Amino acid sequence: MTMLTLNKDTMAVVKEQDVVPLRNRVKEYATKIGMGLVNQTKLITAASELVRNMLKYAKGGKVFIEVVSKGRENGIRLVFEDKGPGISDVALAMKDGYSTGKSLGLGLPGARRLVSEFDIQSTPGKGTTVTVIKWKNG
Amino acid sequence: MEKIPILRMGPFLLVTIQVDLYDRLAENLESDLVQMVSKTGAQGVLIDISAVSIIDSFMGRIIGNIASMSKIMDAETVVVGMQPAVAITLIELGLPLKGVHCALNVERGMELLRSRIALTDGTPDDDADTE
Repeated sequence: MTMLTLNKDTMAVVKEQDVVPLRNRVKEYATKIGMGLVNQTKLITAASELVRNMLKYAKGGKVFIEVVSKGRENGIRLVFEDKGPGISDVALAMKDGYSTGKSLGLGLPGARRLVSEFDIQSTPGKGTTVTVIKWKNG
Repeated sequence: MEKIPILRMGPFLLVTIQVDLYDRLAENLESDLVQMVSKTGAQGVLIDISAVSIIDSFMGRIIGNIASMSKIMDAETVVVGMQPAVAITLIELGLPLKGVHCALNVERGMELLRSRIALTDGTPDDDADTE
């Protein structure tokens, strides 16, 4: 089944204070498609984790926010794109409790648990792109 | 610079988080609170998060830190008013906030703080004049 993009927005995130407006924008989009509060909270929390990674390891990047639809289902797709150092071992980075920084190591695996679809592409030296989708009822 | 106010109420410190936290703000709250505990000799810290719609792993860690730091400064911490959607999200994220006392609302939080302080005091009022 093909996926359609209905509405699109881009935000640059380069400093800590950019996180709050990003969360608000994601919330606006999720509210617009009628996503329930629990799913909204999960999506925004996942976005918060991913954008924090982007700031911490890649000094920022771009976030694409889209309303997508597949069949009768609507959802929000978020793409986090950075040109940072990349992740050399993606499988390891997706493990609970693994962190090269001082954090709890919940960011990537936690974000994956909170969304419906999760994809990560990373090339060391080039950057990382994380794509997540949360379906309205998913 | 934004700042989260810390109110003193008898032996307790009261913090109501009314804004969306970003990292610096949360870190400042952590150090301000620990300093306030030391300065005032407070025995309990009550943090009201009923207006907080998002708690991610960083925020969760700060809350855990505040509780542990207060503990070794001889003060108890109670977190009150968590929104149901936030609770669901925290558990799925994998952050059960172990070691942090929680209560449904401010009233119950105060009760919990009082009972915990009475417990650690070792001199319950009831036994004071039985002899």
